[in-house]
Amino acid sequence: MIRFERVTKRYPGGHEALSDVSLEIRHGELLVLAGHSGAGKSTLIKLIAGLEKPSAGKVWVSGQEVGALRANQLPYLRRSLGLVMQEHRLLHDRTIFDNVMLPLIVTGYPPRDAAKRVRVALEKVGMAEFEKAMPLTLSGGEQQRAAIARAIVNKPSVLIADEPTAHLDPAYAREIAALFRSFHSAGVTILLATHDETLFSPYGARRVELSRGRLLA
Amino acid sequence: MSPSFHPHGIALRQALSRLGAKPLATFLSALVVAIALSLPVLGLVLVDNVGSLARGVSGKPEISAFLKRGTDPVQIRAIESRLRADPRIAALRFVPRDEALRQLAERGGFADVAGALTENPLPDAYIIEPKGDEPEVFEKLRTELAALPEVDVVQLDSAWVTRLHAAVSLARQAMLLLAFLLGAALVIVTFNTIRLQILTQRHEISVSLLLGATRSFVRRPYLYFGLLQGLLGGLVAWALVEGLVRLIAPGVETLARSYNIVVEIQGPTPLQAVLLLLFSAVLGWVGAGLSVRRHLHDGPVD
Repeated sequence: MIRFERVTKRYPGGHEALSDVSLEIRHGELLVLAGHSGAGKSTLIKLIAGLEKPSAGKVWVSGQEVGALRANQLPYLRRSLGLVMQEHRLLHDRTIFDNVMLPLIVTGYPPRDAAKRVRVALEKVGMAEFEKAMPLTLSGGEQQRAAIARAIVNKPSVLIADEPTAHLDPAYAREIAALFRSFHSAGVTILLATHDETLFSPYGARRVELSRGRLLA
Repeated sequence: MSPSFHPHGIALRQALSRLGAKPLATFLSALVVAIALSLPVLGLVLVDNVGSLARGVSGKPEISAFLKRGTDPVQIRAIESRLRADPRIAALRFVPRDEALRQLAERGGFADVAGALTENPLPDAYIIEPKGDEPEVFEKLRTELAALPEVDVVQLDSAWVTRLHAAVSLARQAMLLLAFLLGAALVIVTFNTIRLQILTQRHEISVSLLLGATRSFVRRPYLYFGLLQGLLGGLVAWALVEGLVRLIAPGVETLARSYNIVVEIQGPTPLQAVLLLLFSAVLGWVGAGLSVRRHLHDGPVD
């Protein structure tokens, strides 16, 4: 599903965020990407979404080489991924409902079904009652759940989350972890970057660890 | 509420809501555009009014060919048949010297003068009306007539019309040049407005791109915004010009009447109005397009 082939990412200025990483994430897998902060977890995720290009090596997503995609092909790659980035990145000027609607608007989804889909996604993350709320009136955990709803509203086959439990207190963090677990049971491939891997250990996830840009065996 | 998800529908609605979100800013931008545009448009409208006046006059330029004294009737008839055969001449009228004197006597103030004359000093004359309205043709006709042995003096009364035409076309060019310069100002105004918008909407842009929005999806609302802002400016400019024309028309008409000219100052014609709106909308779109190219280039995605 996702394959890294001897990937190195060097940022301008010489910092090497990833060094010679080879990794394969299979269809239907739940993979926890562990590592201290600055180990290269976010860089790895950005390479999958085509937000960065590898300095060496190749990244494959669903049989497409991401680095070889033209700028006008990247949007279609991103639509096939559900991304939950580190800062949840909800738009503060609109309701939770409109935030979750955004991916459907962007992809030109038929309007009649869109609202239904938004409600289903909000339901799944337990946020149905907050659809009219503005993001800033909600707690960190609620905002994170809304961001997850936005990532799954397009029914992606892969869900990728960068530190989804960061800044959350343990109770909220466990709820979020259970949420990913339920998506995984429904057959979604999941990649989680987290420094808090113990949250996911009960779910039998495969675990890989990055340290200073290198994958530990 | 069932909003259309057609990409252009979305873009247009977004642009409209951005215009509506800041009514004062929208109004002021439209006013800047309108003032910049109304100046050359008003100029062009006035020039066109004068131009149509000049066209009305130039419809009948006259060439007066005064014959030498003592030209005998046979020669006169010979000239007449030659002139009648000339395809460049639309109409021809012979004014015998006696009739010329009578006309002079009828004109106020000259009766005494005519009565005091012991002999008619006036020559026979042909009043010629040439075809078309090309000054070169008139000029050629004039020199040819002057070369005839029986003709003493030729007067072309359209010289001032030629000058008026030249002045009108010069003023027109000046106004078009001004329109070009102020059009550039319109492009710059839109460019800057869009730049500020992109800066404030950075977050929304990067989230949209992250969620798989195409670049044209992100760009489109800004292009529509520029187009609508230009169009709005054009509309206000149109209203301004109509108003200004109405304000100054009585003054111009009074002035013209004192010269015994009847003028009716007209506002922009429907075609001119449509062109104005088209021009301002296209310039707004161009300004937005340039700004989007400059400020939305590669990577709001971070």
